[in-house]
Amino acid sequence: MKIRDWRSVAFTGATGLATFCIVAMVVVILGNIVWDGAAQMSLRFIFGGTSEGMFDAQKAGVFPMIFGTVALVVLMTIGVVPVGVITAVYLTEYARHESLITRVIRGAINNLAGVPSIVFGLFGLGFFVQFVGGGIDKVFFGGQLHYAKPALIWAAATMAVLTLPVVIVATEEALRAVPHGFREGSLALGATKLETIWKVVLPQALPGILTGAILAVGRGAGEVAPIMFTGAAYYLAHLPKGPTDQFMHLGYHVFVLSTQSPDIERTKPILYGTVLVLLLLTFLLNLTAVLVRAGIRAKLRAANG
Amino acid sequence: MDNPVFHIEKLNFWYGAKQALFDVDVTIRPNQSTAFIGPSGCGKTTLLRCLNRMNDLIERTRVEGKIALHGQGLYAPEVDVIELRKRVGMVFQKSNPFPKSIFDNIAYGLRIQGVNSKNDLADRIEASLRKAALWDEVKDRLNDSAMALSGGQQQRLCIARAIAVEPEVLLMDEPCSALDPVATAKIEELIQDLKKEFTIVIVTHNMQQAARVSDHTAFFYLGKLVEFDVTTKIFTNPANKQTEDYVTGRFG
Ligand SMILES: Nc1ncnc2c1ncn2[C@@H]1O[C@H](COP(=O)(O)OP(=O)(O)OP(=O)(O)O)[C@@H](O)[C@H]1O
Ligand SMILES: [Mg+2]
Repeated sequence: MKIRDWRSVAFTGATGLATFCIVAMVVVILGNIVWDGAAQMSLRFIFGGTSEGMFDAQKAGVFPMIFGTVALVVLMTIGVVPVGVITAVYLTEYARHESLITRVIRGAINNLAGVPSIVFGLFGLGFFVQFVGGGIDKVFFGGQLHYAKPALIWAAATMAVLTLPVVIVATEEALRAVPHGFREGSLALGATKLETIWKVVLPQALPGILTGAILAVGRGAGEVAPIMFTGAAYYLAHLPKGPTDQFMHLGYHVFVLSTQSPDIERTKPILYGTVLVLLLLTFLLNLTAVLVRAGIRAKLRAANG
Repeated sequence: MDNPVFHIEKLNFWYGAKQALFDVDVTIRPNQSTAFIGPSGCGKTTLLRCLNRMNDLIERTRVEGKIALHGQGLYAPEVDVIELRKRVGMVFQKSNPFPKSIFDNIAYGLRIQGVNSKNDLADRIEASLRKAALWDEVKDRLNDSAMALSGGQQQRLCIARAIAVEPEVLLMDEPCSALDPVATAKIEELIQDLKKEFTIVIVTHNMQQAARVSDHTAFFYLGKLVEFDVTTKIFTNPANKQTEDYVTGRFG
């Protein structure tokens, strides 16, 4: 064979090997989690709490963490989607594209996406908990402590800031993909810009916006660092009663179990179980969003002929 | 003659640093159709889009000179652009129905103007589809997507959508450029009809079409108005040599 052929064979082999390694790693990790986690699965585990023994595989459950994680992700989504969409609408529909302000905002968004998540945790503590929460307490409660403490709502807000770039970028792309002719057609009929965006542009962009939301949910369900200082609790006797309470969280629970357990061997099954539940929950949340998007796409496709 | 609808005087237009129109003077008369002709890039679309201020949507454009609609300056600060566009409708070169049902495409503009009752909507949608010579083809499928219509049907739908809101003036930018001769003939017929109710300004590359449908014709070249006169004069006895070359196809 010629040298060129050898090179090509070697290169194909190397890339194939790399791919195989990655796939193998994923399979091993997932297999390990599913295998050992499944052993821990039971209705008691899923619907039980931690009051009878947090580190005892026979007694511990993860329901409070499931509840807390879902509550966090839902609140985060409620927060991030409107803000992200409005920002993206401003950037694509209103702002002048070459202006300095627009470029500065874009740069800020890109930088936001690159900030380590622990920094968001500290930011959330400083800004939401102490500044916003403290401000609310000072103004409405005469300095009494109601809001200036870690809480579900502050963790959700922090997480919303963390996932903001994802939603903005996805929405911007979706908006730009809406043909210019639709906008002109609407405006030429005497529609205002707002009517045009609301009735013509956004409905077309909805699947793309949902993609952004899905990515945000995927990211938000798994991150732990941003909520450590802003709302997640090590242990709570009750489920959170409202958005100002602290909450337990699957990801944080994994961290707690693996660092705080007095007897790691006995905790291991809970650890596996918790990780499996976290994976399944993320998958389920994503699946829901994907199904909603598929429904909307089908409707749009019907309208698009 | 009667009062002009549009009076354009010494109009200059820039896209950024690039000037697209130079000292253009045109007068558009009511219930007539005026054709803009000229080689590609001579500024026909630009001028047309000045008439309903669609060019406002393009960044870094600048207008100088005068355009008046019934004596009222179009670019005066007190002009409400939204109201202006309700009075001056537009049909685009590339047909652009909304990705909604046929019904909703026409209802869109009507609803914006505050027509909401089901009966009113249905009546006015039927009337405008009839005027646009599309009713017979779509009356059984008003709830189907407009995107499923053929190109010619889509363009007629866009015309129906524009006339449903009863503008005073209808601007048409090469409305037939993507259509076959049958659809083109239908739209030309339609223009003859529409003239009774609306004032029409039409951009076209088709000399026969300009000759057939328009009362006045303006010939542009490189952003300048070369000649503006009644259509028969432009096509039979133009004053300018360039015009003659262009309309007889001996241009360039
Ligand atoms: N959005 C724009 N930005 C910059 N220049 C533009 C823009 N639109 C048009 N122009 C320029 O302005 C000049 C006139 O363009 P216009 O579209 O009015 O021509 P036209 O007569 O309609 O041509 P056609 O027959 O090809 O449609 C052209 O030189 C064109 O390149
Ligand atoms: Mg043009």
